[in-house]
Amino acid sequence: MNYRFDWAIVTSGKYFDWLVSGLYVTIKLSVVSIALSFLVGLVIAMMRMSHVRPVRWFAHGYLEFFRNTPLLVQIFFWYFGSYKILPRVVNDWMVRQDFEFTAAVIALTIYTSAFIAEDIRSGVRSIPKEQMEAARSSGFSYVRSMRYIILPQAVRLTIPPLINQFLNLMKNSSLAMTIGVAELMYQARQVESYTFKGFEAFTAATVVYLGLSFLITGLMTLYDKMVLQPIKGH
Amino acid sequence: MIRFEGVHKWFGKLHVLNGINLHVRAGEVVVVCGPSGSGKSTLIRTINELEPIDEGKLFVDGTELSDPKMNINRLRAEIGFVFQQFNLYPHLSVLKNITLAPIKIRNTPPKEAGEQATALLERVGLVDKRDAYPSQLSGGQQQRVAIARGLAMKPKIMLFDEPTSALDPEMIGEVLQVMKDLALSGMTMIVVTHEMGFAREVAHRVIFMDNGTILEEAPPEEFFINPRHERAKQFLKQILSPMH
Repeated sequence: MNYRFDWAIVTSGKYFDWLVSGLYVTIKLSVVSIALSFLVGLVIAMMRMSHVRPVRWFAHGYLEFFRNTPLLVQIFFWYFGSYKILPRVVNDWMVRQDFEFTAAVIALTIYTSAFIAEDIRSGVRSIPKEQMEAARSSGFSYVRSMRYIILPQAVRLTIPPLINQFLNLMKNSSLAMTIGVAELMYQARQVESYTFKGFEAFTAATVVYLGLSFLITGLMTLYDKMVLQPIKGH
Repeated sequence: MIRFEGVHKWFGKLHVLNGINLHVRAGEVVVVCGPSGSGKSTLIRTINELEPIDEGKLFVDGTELSDPKMNINRLRAEIGFVFQQFNLYPHLSVLKNITLAPIKIRNTPPKEAGEQATALLERVGLVDKRDAYPSQLSGGQQQRVAIARGLAMKPKIMLFDEPTSALDPEMIGEVLQVMKDLALSGMTMIVVTHEMGFAREVAHRVIFMDNGTILEEAPPEEFFINPRHERAKQFLKQILSPMH
């Protein structure tokens, strides 16, 4: 084995800058998609528990559809296929926003929101029904009881499965390279193409992804400690 | 204040309330007792419509519950309800448990709500637990917070559904004391309980239920000394000296 490792190319200079810009795009893509997928997931979870049957059915269909098709197919759909069905205004807006990035955000958001919705729903179901009774008997409407009493507890309980979804989303964001989003994986690939230093390039990418994962887990665990402990007791 | 007229309720085939007629006046303290499954909890849960009735009429504070124009949320805000299992909100501090409804429903400014809550906590003897979370309190303390939470809405009626049944014996007294003070302050109260000492001391009337009907309705002295129904005699015997 006479391969000579050259770590310097990924720790300084032009290629290092490429990787850093890739990391920046990965973070941006992940943060935007995590925030949106949480909001969409919350809405879908509420719809899934609605008393109005068509609303419930719609949410159920949404869940089953997006959970059970590959993310890559969904990314390609939004990138290559969506402009044929989306209204022109939406399309124009997407193009102006950086089409690749927007398509990736939409795909990641919708895909992940389906999983998050199910996590939130099971969180809500694990809150004892007496909590709803207590809220209702104080004079809160159903919606406001959800908002002030049930959801705040359910979301806290949902934190562990949410960590998983956020980690998955961050890792899945690497698939965005396939439609030309210049995120971390895309840049690592670029470095490899220019230098033939595949080992170094992908090792660097691996280490950075690992770091991001630990960061997300760390932040969520911190949240769990600071916010959840008093609730769960000691 | 509260009037039941021929009220019926079924859970599936089970006839839980079978023709209830009852009138509770403002300022009255009524204790409801009876064997388990007699319908007493269901009875008080119909008053704020946690359980809707199937037949008959139920008037609370001048409004009929089945009136379609009735705003149930507004009515519930006037009725404090204390549960057997306390049901405090575990994600909120004691103070916020008490101030949530006044702030969100009555639009009380947070500062004022906080001051009122502190005053209520003083009344139930728990000022030092203001910032604690429910899980850090004993059962008796949690129940006293739950009573304070109910009172924070300045209700016209307080309902208690077996408030001491889930408590360790040494904590029952502290909760009953708070309820007694409340009764003496003139609050309209309906209390489902087996604490006969409380009934004897505080209640204006005791109601004995069995199988969804009110079998006996009398002032406590009369009820305890001379119950008319065989079923009530039996019940009293069992509850006052359970060993026999």
